[in-house]
Amino acid sequence: MAKPRTLYDKIWDEHLVHEAPDGTSLIYIDRHLVHEVTSPQAFEGLRMAGRKVRAPEKTLAVVDHNVPTTDRSKGIDDPDSATQVAALAKNAEDFGIDYYHELDKRQGIVHVVGPEQGFTLPGTTIVCGDSHTSTHGAFGALAHGIGTSEVEHVLATQTLIQQKAKNMLVRVDGKLPHHVTAKDIILAIIGEIGTAGGTGHVIEYAGEAIRDLSMEGRMTVCNMSIEGGARAGLIAPDQKTFDYIMGRPRTPKGAAFEVAKAHWEKLYTDDGAHFDAEVILDAANLPPIVSWGTSPEQVVSVAGRVPNPEDIADETKRKAAVRALDYMGLKGGEKITDIALDRIFIGSCTNGRIEDLRAVAEVVAGKHVNENLNAMIVPGSGLVKLQAEEEGLDKIFTAAGFEWREPGCSMCLAMNPDKLAPGERCASTSNRNFEGRQGRLGRTHLVSPQMAAAAAIAGHFVDIRDMQ
Amino acid sequence: MEKFTTLTGIAAHLPMINVDTDMIIPKQYLKTIKRTGLGEGLFAELRYDENGTKDPDFVLHQEPYTKAQILIAGENFGCGSSREHAPWALLDFGFRCIIAPSFADIFYNNCFKNGILPIVLPQNEIDKLIDDAARGDNARLTIDLEAQEISGPDGGKIHFDVDPHRKRCLIEGLDDIGLTMEKAQHIDAYEQKTALARPWA
Repeated sequence: MAKPRTLYDKIWDEHLVHEAPDGTSLIYIDRHLVHEVTSPQAFEGLRMAGRKVRAPEKTLAVVDHNVPTTDRSKGIDDPDSATQVAALAKNAEDFGIDYYHELDKRQGIVHVVGPEQGFTLPGTTIVCGDSHTSTHGAFGALAHGIGTSEVEHVLATQTLIQQKAKNMLVRVDGKLPHHVTAKDIILAIIGEIGTAGGTGHVIEYAGEAIRDLSMEGRMTVCNMSIEGGARAGLIAPDQKTFDYIMGRPRTPKGAAFEVAKAHWEKLYTDDGAHFDAEVILDAANLPPIVSWGTSPEQVVSVAGRVPNPEDIADETKRKAAVRALDYMGLKGGEKITDIALDRIFIGSCTNGRIEDLRAVAEVVAGKHVNENLNAMIVPGSGLVKLQAEEEGLDKIFTAAGFEWREPGCSMCLAMNPDKLAPGERCASTSNRNFEGRQGRLGRTHLVSPQMAAAAAIAGHFVDIRDMQ
Repeated sequence: MEKFTTLTGIAAHLPMINVDTDMIIPKQYLKTIKRTGLGEGLFAELRYDENGTKDPDFVLHQEPYTKAQILIAGENFGCGSSREHAPWALLDFGFRCIIAPSFADIFYNNCFKNGILPIVLPQNEIDKLIDDAARGDNARLTIDLEAQEISGPDGGKIHFDVDPHRKRCLIEGLDDIGLTMEKAQHIDAYEQKTALARPWA
């Protein structure tokens, strides 16, 4: 009998083009997503070497990082951003790549666009010069971020040179309590394993709580695999996956879909397959989570308090906590629900999808944003924006005092005009609370969309479980 | 890519864990369409205040570390984004070797593509190198990639591991794409096979 294999093993085996005796492997890449920040030097490299894009039809380009989220019909004011966006448009045209520009309704954050267009399919290998490419693992695709040199390598050869990673299983058993979300699951996992816990591994997420998640929720979980150190996260495809992708523009149609589905249904980890590491969490015990520091592993329950550094035994971690608290303007020991906020950011490739916006609308309908803060909602794509508007969500948001913006990465990383001023404190549905991430000296607390929405109304963090 | 064979240089110590790529090169420097010139943005938010004034206490502003070529860092160095601007900035400043107890995967990989050697060592070995780094110009380190050895100023040697393929690429300054293109017949064969087995892909 064949040796039992993990889902990762199966996708790896199916994409192996060549393996050297030392284990260095050439892996075929089925799908390549390209954005404007990490690609210009790669296209320049191709030009200098006189190389072509090997498979332009397997490549999709979209602008997301630099675009303003206000009216962009008159162009982009920042000259450097405008140059980078123009460079992508030219590169896409010169090399024959499909490109969604900033006024195309299909434009959006690359990791929202891929699944939305059916570009992301189970069992495929997907790369992008962006660490949150792990998002696509929600479909049972082996997806990870790469650097610009590798972007050039994939453009030229449609392959990557890789060493196989180890297998890690994260199982989340049981049912999530009401108001506890996919975001809380992944923040809890990162709090448990640390930001280097998944280094060298591909994480497979399994268990009842993961199966119960919608595709949007699964994307939120896989998205932040990289914050746990893993280049890729995977969830085995199931009927929810097939229902999500069926009928999308780039999904196979009719009989071809059925043939593909029969193949995709074999994409699961065999009984008895070996994992190098296993982590098990009980969903029923998970609270809504808030990050207090400047690393995504620095998290605590909304019902808890900011830790006191003197309670941290490990000296290196204690020093890091002291630095983080100083940066965050916290002393240690504060109740999380006593922390007042200046800004709310709802959006990003982690939580900028329609389900996230519906959840926010449910919390804020008929209420009003606290007068002491500014709150912004940035849909993940033009299609998410249109759908939200069809459902009347935009009316709920604007009536409640939220700014309703154009799609893009926005204040997740603040490459466009959306950024925190020094010292401003923000509840953000994004993925990184690093120093300076949302603006120099800006202070980021990572939370779920529901928690960000509730904080927007109250002006400080509230335990969403207490809200009527 | 510039070859990496041996390097003798000054080591600077950055005593922090989880130094992320936003810290190595903040986003305002990512709008370039070039690979060069990023050294001025290296660790920008640690090195400069809001007005762009240098922090004289930051290690890379102190002599002789303005000329450091080896960086001794804390665990999980380079975590965060995939931006290759991080190794480009380190290289542009003059760093050719980073030594840490652990690295984030994408950053680690990106280093090799740019002629930078990342070395993983246990903390107790790194502690010795930190002592050397504190002695500045009086304690240059020599990295011999062929022998996989770091020599300190007092004659001690530390062995390090490196993947053989990556080692060869660094020593010979090989272009990955050129190497892969030599395997074009394997890629052609794979594509033909897949067109039948997974036509949707």
